[in-house]
Amino acid sequence: MNEHPEKYSRGAVLHSLMHYLPSQAPLKDFIHHNTLHAFQDRPFFDGLKDANSTFGYRTTLSLREYRTWYRTDPNAEPALNLAIHLLGLVDEGKFWMDKALRGEFPESAGPTLGTVRLCWKKNAGVDLDAQVHPFLFRLLGSFLDQGLAQWEFPGARDLSFLDAIRTLDQWSAGGLFTNQSARRLLHDVQTDLECLLERVVGSPSLYEHYLFDQQFAHAGWSGIVAQVEQNPNGLFDGRRIRLEELIFVELLMEIDALESKLGVGFQPLHEWMTEPPSPLFPERVDSEKDQVVRLWQTAYEWATYDEVLFGIQHEAMHGSELKPLGFQAIFCIDDRMESLRRYLEMYRPDCSTFGTPGFFGLDSHYLPSDAKFASKICPAPMETQRVVREIGTRKRKKDLHFSRDSQSFHGGFLLAQTLGFYSFWRLLGQLIRPSESAKTSSSEHQMPEHVYLEHDYSTLEMADRLESMLNSMGLNADFAPLVYLIGHGASSTNNPHYAAYDCGACSGRSGSVNARLVAQWANIADVRRELNQRGILLTDSTWFVGALHDTTRDSLHFYDEDCIPAPFTANHAENKLSFSLAATANAAERSRRFESIDLNLSLSAAHQRAALRSVSLFEPRPELNHATNAYCIVGDRGLTKNLFLDRRAFLNSYRPEKDPTGAALLPILKAAAPVCGGINLEYYFSRVDNLRLGAGSKLPHNVVGLIGVSNGIDGDLRPGLPAQMIEVHDPIRLLMVVHQEKNVVEMQLKSHTPTFQWFELEWIHLVVLDPLDQQLWRWAKGQWIRYTPFTSRLDAVSDWMSVSRSSRSNISVKQLDLNDRG
Amino acid sequence: MVEWISFFIGWPLLGFLVSLLLPEHEEKIHARWARWAVGTQAAALLVFCILWLFGEEPYLNLLEWTLYRNADYAFYLDFYFDRVTAVFALLGAGLALLVVSFSRIYMHREPGYKRFFSTVLFFFLAYNTTIFAGNLETLFVGWEGLGISSFLLIAFYRERFLPVKNAIKVFSIYRIGDVGLLLAMWMSHHFWNENVSFVKLLEQDLIHEHLHVHTALGVALSVSLLLAAMAKSAQWPFTSWLPRAMEGPTPSSAIFYGSLSVHLGAFLLLRTHPFWVNQTSVAVLIGFIGVVTSLLATGIARVQPSIKAQIAYASAAQIGLIFVEIALGWDTLALFHTVGNASLRTYQLLVSPSAVTVLIREQLTSFNPVRKTLETWYPKRLKHTLFVWSLKEFNLDQFHYRFLWDPFKKIGRSLHFLGLTRSLILFFLLIIGGCVGIIRPDWIPNGLVSKLSLLYMLVAVVFVMRAFSERKSVSLAWSLLAMSHTFVAVSIGFTGKLQWDEVGLYLGGIYASFGVGVIVFNRAKKLVRHWDLGNFHGLVHRRPVLTGFGLLATLGISGFPITTAFLGEDLLFAHIREDQYGLATLMAITFVVDGLAAIRIFARIFLGPDDRNPAFDLLKAV
Repeated sequence: MNEHPEKYSRGAVLHSLMHYLPSQAPLKDFIHHNTLHAFQDRPFFDGLKDANSTFGYRTTLSLREYRTWYRTDPNAEPALNLAIHLLGLVDEGKFWMDKALRGEFPESAGPTLGTVRLCWKKNAGVDLDAQVHPFLFRLLGSFLDQGLAQWEFPGARDLSFLDAIRTLDQWSAGGLFTNQSARRLLHDVQTDLECLLERVVGSPSLYEHYLFDQQFAHAGWSGIVAQVEQNPNGLFDGRRIRLEELIFVELLMEIDALESKLGVGFQPLHEWMTEPPSPLFPERVDSEKDQVVRLWQTAYEWATYDEVLFGIQHEAMHGSELKPLGFQAIFCIDDRMESLRRYLEMYRPDCSTFGTPGFFGLDSHYLPSDAKFASKICPAPMETQRVVREIGTRKRKKDLHFSRDSQSFHGGFLLAQTLGFYSFWRLLGQLIRPSESAKTSSSEHQMPEHVYLEHDYSTLEMADRLESMLNSMGLNADFAPLVYLIGHGASSTNNPHYAAYDCGACSGRSGSVNARLVAQWANIADVRRELNQRGILLTDSTWFVGALHDTTRDSLHFYDEDCIPAPFTANHAENKLSFSLAATANAAERSRRFESIDLNLSLSAAHQRAALRSVSLFEPRPELNHATNAYCIVGDRGLTKNLFLDRRAFLNSYRPEKDPTGAALLPILKAAAPVCGGINLEYYFSRVDNLRLGAGSKLPHNVVGLIGVSNGIDGDLRPGLPAQMIEVHDPIRLLMVVHQEKNVVEMQLKSHTPTFQWFELEWIHLVVLDPLDQQLWRWAKGQWIRYTPFTSRLDAVSDWMSVSRSSRSNISVKQLDLNDRG
Repeated sequence: MVEWISFFIGWPLLGFLVSLLLPEHEEKIHARWARWAVGTQAAALLVFCILWLFGEEPYLNLLEWTLYRNADYAFYLDFYFDRVTAVFALLGAGLALLVVSFSRIYMHREPGYKRFFSTVLFFFLAYNTTIFAGNLETLFVGWEGLGISSFLLIAFYRERFLPVKNAIKVFSIYRIGDVGLLLAMWMSHHFWNENVSFVKLLEQDLIHEHLHVHTALGVALSVSLLLAAMAKSAQWPFTSWLPRAMEGPTPSSAIFYGSLSVHLGAFLLLRTHPFWVNQTSVAVLIGFIGVVTSLLATGIARVQPSIKAQIAYASAAQIGLIFVEIALGWDTLALFHTVGNASLRTYQLLVSPSAVTVLIREQLTSFNPVRKTLETWYPKRLKHTLFVWSLKEFNLDQFHYRFLWDPFKKIGRSLHFLGLTRSLILFFLLIIGGCVGIIRPDWIPNGLVSKLSLLYMLVAVVFVMRAFSERKSVSLAWSLLAMSHTFVAVSIGFTGKLQWDEVGLYLGGIYASFGVGVIVFNRAKKLVRHWDLGNFHGLVHRRPVLTGFGLLATLGISGFPITTAFLGEDLLFAHIREDQYGLATLMAITFVVDGLAAIRIFARIFLGPDDRNPAFDLLKAV
């Protein structure tokens, strides 16, 4: 088969592998991202198709699921008609409708991935995975281990992976391999990847396919290696490893296994192949089924979007422009804040709420007083060297059950005879009365109240950050006496994915430091003076307070309350009460998703039950995080204030009238598209293929090296979201609604291609609401197309309480009854 | 007082049976019932143990139920209670109650909620049967139940490959332990000339007397028991199955492999302690196994980068120490150690997901760029060697493949000329010949009978190994199993003492299971595209009920205590004379391989990912 043209290039293949491998960071820095980021250079549906035909990922719901949905959702029928329209299939509408509802399609061909390497098993009878994986995974886990094992990989801290393997082999009796040739190749400096590939595969035309087959047989491990290679500082205990080294070692192990099974002179793979391989990335051929799936997915999405678009348009036409000034509260854009804001406004009609990314402009790292490492507390892509230092002392809880001594036989002996008896009662105690322990990752512990924050921002720099944050929301005048900056974080126990629950804009940390520090800055007289000069009218009659909202417990913690000047304190006490009421109502609304919490419980009882989840060892769902997220609305709160959005919307405040050129819009979209889009798509793909793009059920998970989880001890790492996080999520793309003139939006977006691509290639839907005539315009195939919702009215409700616990599934958009609007 | 014991078996049995009848999707009812069933047992045990403590009797014995009796043989269920039982029973009920309560919410919405609780209750029944057993036969019933419940819980996530593969792996090690028990039962029969109950073991003089006559048999008997204990308690050289069993939901791993199931080897040794305590060689051997396990498992635990593997090896190391304590006669310490270790490991496993929170925090605050451990001081070569060997688990995981299963498969593969037609022809010829030989023993020259017996047993082994290595035809593999059992019956028939009703019990059970299997597989065949044993087919996702029947047929044909074949198996064994240890060993091997072959057929057809999944081949490492 050597007659194939030689098109293999090591650099290109490695680059391509890195590109397609999962890019999830180690557990401590869980950052949401588009799982199929590698396909984002092409239109959404093409990407899904390619991902399916090469890798075999499931990328949409099944036809059966769509059809079941069609039978149950009243919006489905108009949405399917709409979808036929949107996809330009009107001429053959009947045909496609029939295909969608009743069509039967031949099964699609299997993925091309894996087909080359499978010949070892099918034709040569050697199951390389079974021979190589267990030990390879253990080598990798041990090398990358961040402190789980008592005895670390010799040389892991000083040597690169390959050198460490070489040393290990050289200095151990018997070595790592069974046969001599692998050993010889390992130590021969002449050996390069191609030598090994030639030995194993034989024909350069097959190298790329083979390496994909090999690496994607354990995409989890290869992915983490690629991550560490690209970002070696992502680990506390740094490691030097490259994907190339992993492949090198794996090929050696394969040679060793093949020699053991087939003899020293085994034939390379291409001699075993009976038919030419199908190309790894096949031509995309559009089938009828693809069209039907596009149709369904489009219908499925717009059935949800339509109501909210109708609602927003309606509010834009009829809503009030009133901006009450009792107090102002600035929240993160996070979808979990929507309901809290709604209740706050309900209890306190005199307040105004805003949404902005929850790092509040603080581009920094944070170094706790007792810590040896600083961690980033601003969006992951943001480059920064700044560090905020914590001054103060802390005490942290310890747990002997994680003592490394329990693993040694003397330590184990002593602990079993002593701690063992305590363990029984401890477990009993925690079953009866769950309480916070060392096993809890608590949002408040990221920065205790009593510490002092030290930093090196100058007055000008502080003013810069405040200015851009406030301007982006159009909040440069009319400040209320008290302005709250509310960061958020989550608390959970016995949960390896704890970082995924915190603030995405703070790189998976809680936003407490950010809220507190930025509030402190805003109270500094020099900073205010500077801001005044820049047109932001902050006076002595305003005071900023930083706070943390714990999304799992629905508790609010206010910082530096003792610094609040006397004229504001009474006001603050009253506000605090309202916050607490809103948080309770919020918890009650959240609790409707938990089947174990009765819908008829009183608000406070429901709150208590929901909050208990954060400390319960046996609770795999401390909260549901971003599940059900569906829209991102960039506009004034007035557009959404009277709508019940069911905690499905990211809300970013923006005032088009204050930003005629759209200068403030681009930074918003630059941040919101990747953050909200990333969250949305990670939920999407974890939901549609939880087995391969998600992490599966978390109940059997086994923590490996503190960097990832696997199933059992011989399994691959499982990146993605566990089943418990996505089970109530509907896989739909994000709908971005921007309140601004379409030409302004288009001009701004086109000035920044990476952001524009998200919308242009339809990984996020974009609709603008024109502030002049309140028309909706949809961006599709490079142009604006007018959108008229099919929804003609929304259910009116007199208050949120009447709907908040009316059902356990998604609740359609509701509108506050106009008669009650005063 | 003694009547209470029936409750401690009967109640878990009821608990299990009722759980099967409860509606599938009512989580609350299942969790409540499981808690009630285990909680009542725990409460009753507590009361009972207090009463017993203040009572006068150090032990209780209850002869419950004679299943079969003829002139020189009786098979009866017997129950026994003493301090060892008390400790294990309380520990079991206590931990099971905690774990069941933990799982009530933990398992919420997991597909298989009912299956989980039913299997745990089945395990609870088997556990109690084992620890309350008053003779080896009763203990064996419980022991087999533990094996099945283990298999089912390891393969709980049956839609993935690894859990199913590891379930089979663990099952195969358990089968080795079963050989130990089977042989022990056989030897015990000859050692005592009756089916002895554990209460007899208290009579030291009697043991002494018998040991004097059957010294070698006594040692062999003890070693067989030790083999069973080693397999169950993951002692060297079987240790590597323990971490691989951690595939089910964390609570099930905690209760099985962290605590209860894995300590039952120690229980078996404690239970039979009076028997082997005066055989110094045996005590030394137990201590040796314990020390080796303890050292190796500690080394392995120290390098494991995954939390569950660490805990598993650390637990095995402690059980090694418990073996040493038992060997030294420190029973009380061993009991304390068992309770402490079981609770500690259960808790450690349940909170294992917290390792990230706790240890990352620890690393954040006290990271030390130069970490010193014990090993820092080792000479370089020793250090690297030990590290590599520990990381490779001292090749323990390859060990039984290399020495047992691979040779078995090789033998089977060399017999591939035996297709369905050939084996059937051979079968009928041999069976007709055998029957004639048994009916008219006078036609056979003297001295040839015992050789014929051995020959037929060898044929049985050959057939079962052929079934074990079969990769294609389900009907061939399945038929070979039934044929193999028939050869076993004929082989024992040559001993001349076999009664027809005994054969009826044995083959009746086997052929009933075989028949069920034939029906089940015929249905299954129509649902699968490539009907073979080369791959998993995952039919359970489409046909759960059919799978249930498939499981019953599988268990039946492997001689599990659900058909009369189980009784027959024991009866057949009893007919093997003391000096026919070759025959006994071959028969034991037949049963072991038969069980393995059957469970393999079941797993391949019913478990694993759905074979209609286009990405089927890519799900290997998930």
